Amino acid sequence: MQKISVLLFLTWVCFLFYAGIALFTSGFLLTRLELTNHSTCQEPPGPGSPPWGSQEEPRACWMASRFSRVVLVLIDALRFDFAQPQRSHVPGEPLVSLPFLGKLGTLQRILETQPHHARLYRSQVDPPTTTMQRLKALTTGSLPTFIDAGSNFASHAIMEDNLIKQLTSAGKRVVFMGDDTWKDLFPGAFSQAFFFPSFNVRDLHTVDNGILEHLYPTMDGGEWDVLIAHFLGVDHCGHKHGPHHPEMAKKLSQMDQVIQGLVDRVENDTLLVVAGDHGMTMNGDHGGDSELEVSAALFLYSPTALFPSAPPEEPEVIPQVSLVPTLALLLGLPIPFGNIGEVMAELFSGGENSQPHSSALAQATALHLNAQQVSRFLHTYSAAAQDLKDKELHQLQNLFSKASADYQWLLQSPQQAEATQQTVIAELQQFLRGARTMCIESWARFSLVRMVGGAAILAAACFLCLLASQWATSPGFPFCPLLLIPVAGGLGGAVVYVGLVATIGLRLDLVLLGAVAAMCSLLTFLWKARAAWGSRKPLATLLPLPGSVRLFLLIRLAAFFSDSFVVADARATPFLLDSFILLLVAQLHWEGQLLSPKLLTVPRLGSSSSTGLPRYSGAYALRLGVGLLLCTRLAGLFHRCPEETPACHSSPWLSPLASMVDGRAKNLWYGACVVALLALLAAVRLWLHRYGNLKSPEPPMLFVRWGLPLMALGTAAYWALASGADEIPPRLRALVAGASVVLPRAVAGLAVSGLMLLLWKPVTVLVKAGTGAPRTRTVLTPFSGPPTTQADLDYVVPQIYRHMQEEFRGRLERTKSQGPLTVAAYQLGSVYSAAMVTALTLLAFPLLLLHAERISLVFLLLFLQSFLLLHLLAAGIPITTLGPFTVPWQAVSAWALMATQTFYSTGHQPVFPAIHWHAAFVGFPDGHGSSTWLPALLVGANTFASHLLFAVGCPLLLLWPFLCESQGLQKRQQPPGNEAEARIRPEEQEQPLMEMRLRDAPHHFNAALLQLGLKYLFVLGVQILACALAASILRRHLMVWKVFAPKFIFEALGFIVSSVGLLQGITLVMRVDGAVSSWFKQLVLAQQR
Amino acid sequence: MKDTDIKKLLYAHLLCIFSIILSVLIPPLFLENFSILETHLTWLCICSGVVTAVNLVLYLVVKPNTSSKRSSLSHKVTRVLKCCIYFLMSCFIFHVIFVLYGAPLIELVLETFLFAVILSTFTTVPCLCLLGPRLKAWLRVFSRNGVTSIWENSLQITTISSLVGAWLGAFPIPLDWERPWQVWPISCTLGATFGYVAGLLISPLWIYWNRKQLSYKNN
Repeated sequence: MQKISVLLFLTWVCFLFYAGIALFTSGFLLTRLELTNHSTCQEPPGPGSPPWGSQEEPRACWMASRFSRVVLVLIDALRFDFAQPQRSHVPGEPLVSLPFLGKLGTLQRILETQPHHARLYRSQVDPPTTTMQRLKALTTGSLPTFIDAGSNFASHAIMEDNLIKQLTSAGKRVVFMGDDTWKDLFPGAFSQAFFFPSFNVRDLHTVDNGILEHLYPTMDGGEWDVLIAHFLGVDHCGHKHGPHHPEMAKKLSQMDQVIQGLVDRVENDTLLVVAGDHGMTMNGDHGGDSELEVSAALFLYSPTALFPSAPPEEPEVIPQVSLVPTLALLLGLPIPFGNIGEVMAELFSGGENSQPHSSALAQATALHLNAQQVSRFLHTYSAAAQDLKDKELHQLQNLFSKASADYQWLLQSPQQAEATQQTVIAELQQFLRGARTMCIESWARFSLVRMVGGAAILAAACFLCLLASQWATSPGFPFCPLLLIPVAGGLGGAVVYVGLVATIGLRLDLVLLGAVAAMCSLLTFLWKARAAWGSRKPLATLLPLPGSVRLFLLIRLAAFFSDSFVVADARATPFLLDSFILLLVAQLHWEGQLLSPKLLTVPRLGSSSSTGLPRYSGAYALRLGVGLLLCTRLAGLFHRCPEETPACHSSPWLSPLASMVDGRAKNLWYGACVVALLALLAAVRLWLHRYGNLKSPEPPMLFVRWGLPLMALGTAAYWALASGADEIPPRLRALVAGASVVLPRAVAGLAVSGLMLLLWKPVTVLVKAGTGAPRTRTVLTPFSGPPTTQADLDYVVPQIYRHMQEEFRGRLERTKSQGPLTVAAYQLGSVYSAAMVTALTLLAFPLLLLHAERISLVFLLLFLQSFLLLHLLAAGIPITTLGPFTVPWQAVSAWALMATQTFYSTGHQPVFPAIHWHAAFVGFPDGHGSSTWLPALLVGANTFASHLLFAVGCPLLLLWPFLCESQGLQKRQQPPGNEAEARIRPEEQEQPLMEMRLRDAPHHFNAALLQLGLKYLFVLGVQILACALAASILRRHLMVWKVFAPKFIFEALGFIVSSVGLLQGITLVMRVDGAVSSWFKQLVLAQQR
Repeated sequence: MKDTDIKKLLYAHLLCIFSIILSVLIPPLFLENFSILETHLTWLCICSGVVTAVNLVLYLVVKPNTSSKRSSLSHKVTRVLKCCIYFLMSCFIFHVIFVLYGAPLIELVLETFLFAVILSTFTTVPCLCLLGPRLKAWLRVFSRNGVTSIWENSLQITTISSLVGAWLGAFPIPLDWERPWQVWPISCTLGATFGYVAGLLISPLWIYWNRKQLSYKNN
């Protein structure tokens, strides 16, 4: 089996999985249909002319305008309780003083002194609570859907009808200042605009100060009809420090001054709106739908009286989109076509001293216009897309016709009792709320066919992995036909599909194309496999999973179907991992591999057990197990709580050091982080030293000796700058800013160059030529005559040497005649692992830099944990001398479990608000401009760091048992004592062959790599399959958007990252193998000369 | 011979189960406001005491292994003392394992420790009664082909099923059913108890069914 074909096979299997994931995703995460219709003045939403027609007042459109100007102040992430008035202190209750409470005193003052002029609402936000979605909702009045959540940082122009478009077409001058997300959403819509970069969440002041510079001059200048100011400081402060930081109090006080200044300046024809686009969680993040994220503040004020009554005790709860129709009608504009919000009827009652009768009529009129508009939209939408339920639509239509008829009747006989008016208003509101509810329910629409197809491809791919992994190491594996024919089948299917599409004239769908190709190649594979397999072996061998692995996989997969368990996954995974480890130890004991057989059998019978010599003592394995449990528990301390569990407290150690207030604690933590970094470095060097590879003069090892400390130094320096950025004296600012750009990039650059060196010269051995070479550590010794006995040959003479002997016997005979020439090559036995460990370390450093400082402790634990696990697993694997080599299922599943556990212990959760956006600014403190792929890459690398590291390190599972051979042999040689040693001549006492055993059987080595890859892909693949099934079966579950969909997306992305990492890890091993081969050839040529 | 042994085993096990049932039913007669869930710790203490007592009585009455040759008083005393130390050790080891598994370190220490005590009662106490304070014998019993009598076989089964019960007891904790028994460590103690009872029931039956295949090496 060729190396390249192993890689091709794995790539093909990955492609099958990708095709399945893509097909499933396209069916599961559908977007809402966006209509491009527009409302216009000339075309009222329905029959029945309003009481004041357009002929009476030239500026009126659907309704006469009440305000000619609006100032909209959007304070990003202004949670409701930030603006909530603080009641005067009640003696019995403890006084709560939090940095964010009661800082907006202006609102409270106005609400108390001018109750008819102002009102505060708790506006209920629809998830996803990301800024762009909120801006879309706040201008179109519609419901942005889940899939848009991903495009937050690459927003596109809004195609739907919206307020800004209506304003510009009505000839109003719209001035904007603030968040530059608006530039992408509404290109060219503003008469004057001051955009400031929004992406840098660490920067609290640039946007706000920029706005303040222009806000009052613009207002006083009077060149505007609508003025929008979007402040970002509060949101960025939440992201950087969280709401409980003193900085938040400062920011809110600044906002309070802004509002005060605006209140002083607005004139009688102007409405002031202060709104938050969403809230924030306890940690200051947003994006999900927890109570704190979806409650935002909304404040309205006008110097003319707005409301007929005083505000209620507890502010009213209104949907956020209500602002859209309200503003439109107040400004005398048509309501945007796709709006599903409901007007705030109160605002149309006409001030303080209007008649109750006419005020109710005005309210009914506004509501009726709104209802007509929504009805028209529903009609148009249901004609264009079939996703609204017919039955509910019909009911709503009936409701609307009744309400409309009642309203007409009310118009015709104006002197109705107040009760009748209230009935009409209630009916209209009922219709509007019903329509909104129906839209919310049905805009999560699924394509079942695609979902089932995607799941089927995933299931078949998993089955393929299982089958092929079982089969790969058996000698009769028909490799080429099994790879080539399915690929040909897939290509054939794809060509047929393209042909079909071309003849029918449909649009080519890449997802479908991939799915068809995958499906065809899977079918051909199964057909081929059945032909080659079915006749010879029973089907029972298809289930090669050992019982314990099957049990744990089943538990893990079943957990994906329960929202409670998905939420508690961060706790459940370490639990499962611990159980798995203990079970491994117990199993080793049960099988009698830990203790000498004398202890285990009944003394009377004597030790006739045939288990052979145990390689490890029981205490050793137990120590490893306990060490693993301890590491897992310690890593679990870095736990981030999902928003769904209010009782749980996230670890305070996940926040960056910069957010710590206490300087002393900060310094201590900084010291601990640097110590962790150094310990990681020292551990890797110690390991390489122990196996001797550090002595090699090859460039990668030089890099490990000098480059790695440099990287650690750079990292530590960067942390120092980042954590103390606020305390720097001003004259050093520029220097520090420069350094915080250069340092991370330098570390990343060093890592890349190190990896390049490693790829260029991966063989890290020390070669010494000459007679005086010390023989105790040699792997390759001179050939000094034929071995005396067959036993010596088997045990003493290295396999590798026999290999060479067979190949180059003639040449060596000649060498021998010239006298004893010695070539001593050190560390060949660990050459593969050394390359792997070096690569992993080089990879870990940049990833470490992307995390918060204190996560470095988790990275140290990660390395320790995987080291212990590898040793424990190696304890259970007997060394196979000549192949076929296999990696047991236990090893692969424990490895995958550990990858998941590390994902959680590095402070991640599979929900969008938990993504570490900070990572995008490491090395780019000023943001990225317009490019989106680089920040996406950085954030992705941060999120999936553990997936990547464990996938790349996967081949270690195969290599490690061979590394441990040296320990086992040393232990075995000591107890037999002197008699054995005496028999062996000193020069023949060799080091064990270790990883060179793999090289001796290249065919088996390749097969084992293929098998390892397939097994790992299977374990990951069944997880993604379970996630997909859970998401599709529970698609009407209450928690689908909150829990199952994000979980699926994270698992899918994690799978892609893992599979790529796996391929790279295997490629690296193969590169080392190739280099070792050429190194041997060179050696032989050199000897020949 | 074998059938009478199995019968003896069955009766002994039924007595153990009966004692657990009594530990639930009797205390309400004497203690006010007693219920398993609300005064869980009291129940744990009572249950642990009762099960230990019954095990000791059974050991003295049935005497499954009559291997102790020396029976001087000092030997007996050291043996009892050693047993106590072993029991305490096992409690602490279980406690440490629970904490490593994710139990809170500082909060609910008493609860966690009592859970360790009851699990030791179900696992360590029978081991001590049957095998004495000899670690090597324990290691032998809990390995493949290490069992030498039906008593050891049933010990193996009940111990493993208690541990598995305690392990399964942790599963309902994350669920959002909001039942009073989902609180740590109630579900785990209940799981351990059910596991122990199940083991007591299963082991005589299992031995009875497999009596043809079972051939102990000392017979």
